[in-house]
Amino acid sequence: MIDYFLKRVSKIIFYWLTKYIIRSLLALIISISLNFISFSMTNLLVADNIHKKYGNYTALNNLSISIPKGSIFGLLGPNGAGKTTLIRIINQITIPDSGNVLLDGEPLNAKHIANIGYMPEERGLYKSMKVGEQVIYLARLKGLSKAEAKERSLYWFERLGMLSWWNKKIQELSKGQAQKVQFIVTVLHQPKLLIFDEPFSGFDPINASLIKDEILKLRDDGATILFSTHRMESVEQMCDHIALINKSNKILDGKLSDIKRDYRTQTYEVGIETIDDSRSSLENLEKILLPEMAAHWEVTPANFKTINENDLKMIVKIPQELKSKDLLLYLSNKGSINHFVEVIPTVNDIFIQTINAD
Amino acid sequence: MGALGLIIRREYKARVTNRSFIIMTFLSPLIVVGMIFLITYLTQVNEAGKRTIVVVDESGLFYKDFESTESIDYVDLSPAGLTVAKDQVEDNNYFGLLYIPANIKINTSGVRFYGNEVPGFATLESIENQISAKLTNEKLLDRGVDLDMIDESTTSVSVSIEDFEGERTSKISNWIKAGFGGGAGYLLMMFIIIYGNMVMRSVIEEKTNRIIEVIISSVKPFKLMMGKILGTTLAGITQFMIWLIIGGGLLICLTLYLGLDPETAKTPVGNMAATDLDKIELILLDILRLPLLKLAGFFLIYFIGGYFLYSSIYAAIGAAVDSETDTQQFMLPIIMPLMLAIYVGFFAVIDNPDGSVATTFSMIPLTSPIVMLMRIPFGVPWWQLVLSIGILVGSFLFTVWFGSKIYRVGILMYGKKPTYKEILKWIRY
Repeated sequence: MIDYFLKRVSKIIFYWLTKYIIRSLLALIISISLNFISFSMTNLLVADNIHKKYGNYTALNNLSISIPKGSIFGLLGPNGAGKTTLIRIINQITIPDSGNVLLDGEPLNAKHIANIGYMPEERGLYKSMKVGEQVIYLARLKGLSKAEAKERSLYWFERLGMLSWWNKKIQELSKGQAQKVQFIVTVLHQPKLLIFDEPFSGFDPINASLIKDEILKLRDDGATILFSTHRMESVEQMCDHIALINKSNKILDGKLSDIKRDYRTQTYEVGIETIDDSRSSLENLEKILLPEMAAHWEVTPANFKTINENDLKMIVKIPQELKSKDLLLYLSNKGSINHFVEVIPTVNDIFIQTINAD
Repeated sequence: MGALGLIIRREYKARVTNRSFIIMTFLSPLIVVGMIFLITYLTQVNEAGKRTIVVVDESGLFYKDFESTESIDYVDLSPAGLTVAKDQVEDNNYFGLLYIPANIKINTSGVRFYGNEVPGFATLESIENQISAKLTNEKLLDRGVDLDMIDESTTSVSVSIEDFEGERTSKISNWIKAGFGGGAGYLLMMFIIIYGNMVMRSVIEEKTNRIIEVIISSVKPFKLMMGKILGTTLAGITQFMIWLIIGGGLLICLTLYLGLDPETAKTPVGNMAATDLDKIELILLDILRLPLLKLAGFFLIYFIGGYFLYSSIYAAIGAAVDSETDTQQFMLPIIMPLMLAIYVGFFAVIDNPDGSVATTFSMIPLTSPIVMLMRIPFGVPWWQLVLSIGILVGSFLFTVWFGSKIYRVGILMYGKKPTYKEILKWIRY
């Protein structure tokens, strides 16, 4: 009886032990491979299933993004979508309710503060503190030594032509000048990840392009940049990847060129001219060609700028199964083609289209 | 240097180099010392004017008894009669006229004082005392009592107070103890209000400057809050030191220069004591007998504990609002217990240091620093001290935790005026 009982017990213990060992082994393998994947994909930052609620309001709903190393990542979305919450979570200013963030494959922790540079949308510096002193103070809070902080800030001040401001107080500077100081504060400790929230607001065009070039240079030097803005043209110019957030959810994410390809509509701008180059023949062409084309495709007369005044200008949308060469082939029989450009969707178009569809 | 050290240093420097701080530091002692001398001077001027009181005594009992003093001259115009004397008083612009009717022995209510000004309480009392003493003597004489016998048998007794551990005290020493405790409590209250406000303003400043987000992406909000409180405290101690040095120096210089005797500025009690050498010795002995080391030690503990407790509340309030004008609604929970503590201290503690009111309030953390500081000179059982300090430390830790929660959420909230309910909600964020 006792024998039987012992046997049962040992069997149960053995069963649970093996189960436990196998399970923990599996977990180990999974975590190693996950780490491996995140490394092999060379993502600097991975945010996984981030959920954040404020009271009854959901600010982020199981959101995941991955920011590849050495890229400029555009974080887009309408006001109140949850961008700032996400940025604050990455900065460890707020803590997510669930989900985790990996920086360079490690869960986010206190020592990562030195690896992140953050320029918030609401800029702020101590008004009555001297510029140089302030930059050094903020850099030392990020873990730089005093000598290091001074050397690097002098380098940046010289580089941006700001040395004469060193002993001025912030309140004596203009808004744009203070913004430049803020930029230096953000990049001084050479962080791996730079977060810019509306970096160009408040800058004149000259300074905006100066800062843009500096950001691109930082990227070339190996920094990864997370960039949140409403200025679509700067996203167009600078971002390699974008993510679009709306109402706490991510609705679009990926390489900018891939997204553009997905949103391509087979639409072309066409400028065509009759052979004999006269006013009456343009009207003839319009009368004959437009209805003929409209029978097959979506055609709208257009008014873009070309050098040739006698062009018949239109925008043509062809079905997915056709290629541009089919349209060209058709058009080449009708006249000489002076202008033929694919209409690539702008980030602005994509933004509006996706948000409205959501 | 750690981040906390950096923040403390910046906070300290920002406070100390602030223009209004510098002006206040050097101007306040001047103002205070100036006030002291103004009051002293005015008191002396007040006393210098001698007053003349005309006495019309129809009973003929008193005219010899009103002896002129330093401040009052008595002039006897009894023979002239009341009407003439009244005219005289008005013509010569005398202070007043004292009229004693003939039937004073039978009816004491006929005594009158005529004058344009109401005589001071002390003057009136001295006149009343003299009349009643004289009347008592007259009545005793009428009944055939020998006045010398009464004088000889009058005995004065002074009770000396001693506790069971053999420590002697006296009434005066009780006043000294109350003075020590009251001074310490009052100092703490001033310190809390002045520098707690400074902590709050510095938090609000960081919020309105919008630098807060940059800073707390570098350090934990808790560290920032502690750095602020500690830096401001150091600045406060510096200011207090400077006040002490300048104020003391000025007081000494002015005393020497003007040749004024500061004793004259004191209360009548001080005046009386100063005239009596024995009493001065007793006071000095009493001060030396006070457990000074113990007092200083507990002063430090309660000062730091109480100040930190309140300044973390101040910091939390600063974090919750956008501007100083919005802080009004949150000031009540700070000012109320402070006022309560001071009132309890000055009434309950001095009246009965070990009474239940004093004991209770020296346990409640928001009032204990002030009330207990006032009780300590009178002697407090050690278990009460331990309990009170334990409660204070516990609630200090709780407030810092609570305050930093509000701080963490509050510093990033802009644009709306929070209510108590909303702030409670922030704790759960």
